[in-house]
Amino acid sequence: MNQIIEVIHLKKVFGENTAVRDASFSVKEGICFGLLGPNGAGKSTTMEIVEDIIGASSGEILYNGRPRSASFREEIGIQFQHTSLLNFLSVKETLLSFHKLYQQPEELQVLIERCDLTPILKRRNNQLSGGQLQRLMLALALVNRPRLVFLDEPSTGLDPQSRRNLWDIVRQIKAEGKTIIMTTHSMEEAEYLCDEVAIMDMGSIIAWDTPARLVQAHCKGSSILLPESAFKMSLKSLPFLWTRRDKTIVLETSQVHEGLNTLLNLDIDLTEMAVHTPNLEDVFLCLTGKGLRD
Amino acid sequence: MNFKRMWAMFTARNHEFFRDKAAFGWNFAFPFLIIVGFGLIFGAKEHQQFKIGLFSGETKTLEAGTESTVPLAFQQGKYLQFINFPNQTEGEQKLQHHKIDLLLDSRSPEHRYWINDSSPNGYIAEQIFLASLMKTSEKAADKQLVKGVQIRYIDWLFPGILGMNMMFSALWGVGYVVVRYRKNGALKRLKATPLTPLEYLSAQMLSRIFLIMFTLIVVWIGSDMIFHFQVHGSYATLALIFFLGGLSLCSMGLVLAARGTSEEFTSGILNFISWPMMFLSEVWFSLEGSPAWIQAIAKLFPLTHLLTGARKIMNDGATLVDVRIECLVLVLTTLISLTIAARLFSWNE
Repeated sequence: MNQIIEVIHLKKVFGENTAVRDASFSVKEGICFGLLGPNGAGKSTTMEIVEDIIGASSGEILYNGRPRSASFREEIGIQFQHTSLLNFLSVKETLLSFHKLYQQPEELQVLIERCDLTPILKRRNNQLSGGQLQRLMLALALVNRPRLVFLDEPSTGLDPQSRRNLWDIVRQIKAEGKTIIMTTHSMEEAEYLCDEVAIMDMGSIIAWDTPARLVQAHCKGSSILLPESAFKMSLKSLPFLWTRRDKTIVLETSQVHEGLNTLLNLDIDLTEMAVHTPNLEDVFLCLTGKGLRD
Repeated sequence: MNFKRMWAMFTARNHEFFRDKAAFGWNFAFPFLIIVGFGLIFGAKEHQQFKIGLFSGETKTLEAGTESTVPLAFQQGKYLQFINFPNQTEGEQKLQHHKIDLLLDSRSPEHRYWINDSSPNGYIAEQIFLASLMKTSEKAADKQLVKGVQIRYIDWLFPGILGMNMMFSALWGVGYVVVRYRKNGALKRLKATPLTPLEYLSAQMLSRIFLIMFTLIVVWIGSDMIFHFQVHGSYATLALIFFLGGLSLCSMGLVLAARGTSEEFTSGILNFISWPMMFLSEVWFSLEGSPAWIQAIAKLFPLTHLLTGARKIMNDGATLVDVRIECLVLVLTTLISLTIAARLFSWNE
């Protein structure tokens, strides 16, 4: 598969603060690529450098194997996390304005239907709700039929319905063969949408693979959770690694079914049992720690 | 340069301006109110007046000319306004605070008067008063009247007020707005498109000049219905010089807004530029007789050339050829400023 974006030894310094230390990764054409990381990890800065919104201090960005040219902006679409539109324009006028900025724009009606903008076409930008504004921003990112779409925390502030709607649209975009690069704080979103994820911390890429392989590589097994009252025996004799979380006992096991068989043989009541399978969030916390970030 | 993209930005900005009712209304109301205000203040008496305070040594307040010892020639003098005071103390207080220029005891046979020694107007009023006491039988000088059409003060002032409004509209309407767009991220969104800085800045400039010319025409028509301005030159040439002046002022606003995200800092810079320009470009008064270095600084401002050209056309009937230097200066300053602005311009820094 063709590499649409290659980021090579990227570095960005703001005064005395190094936002991106040495980031290298590549994105295959047609996939959804997620850039994850705690606050201040450098992912938004990296995105903006790749988008050509800000310049790098050093390093190289290649688009289709070559440095980005003037046509790059004709071929990309960006949904920024923090941006603004002209307050007194309606949704339709805003779409028309951006439509005229490109040589081969998408048909407006297609965009309007895809992003469900019909009910709000006449509404002014400053009268839109958070979800409506996000849909408009997404429509603007798609107005030029981009090959490459950047989504910077697209679901932040959305209610569950709006978030699911956004995910459906992103999946449709990907199904059309477009490449998506996104940042998100939602591990659920990353697992649902992304084919590959790179985890950034302290300005560097610390892990990069498919979500499934990252889980496999960084999480040893599953956990079986049972209330302490289920055990009529001494916990010390349990053939598991275990920890106590309040009144819940967490048993570590590499194979869930073997663990369950063992528990059944020990005649332990499994009525209130829960099983936790490791996910991307576990990988994220495992790699970036549980300490608070600014 | 892609004109389709420019047009998109031009129409978007125009829509925004016309829908922002507060800003839209103020752009018309402000110059109109100033013109009407000045018209009312200076309408009947178009030149500076000297204010003469009168009091009677007696308790009764006198009307000027009634049982008064004030010379008749002084009472009938041009550009003198007489104000009665109940007593000397009150008159002196007004004199001390430059509220009046001269204070007279209207019943004093010795013609007692008071002036504030630090008041230039007081000195002139004193000279007029003293001259009125002298006999005028001898012909001391040969008086001649200037020939040609008389220009009313309001006719001289009107282009100045229009120019001043254009200046504020151009500098703040372009400079401040661009900085606000940069701060709230609207420019960052545009940077992600193929739009170039030159296209964006040109569209902003043309949009503002369109709005300025529209405002100018509406304010002109409204004011002309009240004051019946005299225009001795061609309206087309006058419109051209205002158009070129507007372009030059807008491009200056773009230079000031080329970078930065602080609205407070931009306000400071805009004030720093606009206030000296207003005072040195002969909006309110002529710089004739002021030091050469002040006149040299005044020539750096596009507003000076705009007003010189406009007044030549309006008051003296100058043709396009007569104002070619002013036009050339305005075109050159526009091109230079626009080039600098496009070079310095940043979408997000």
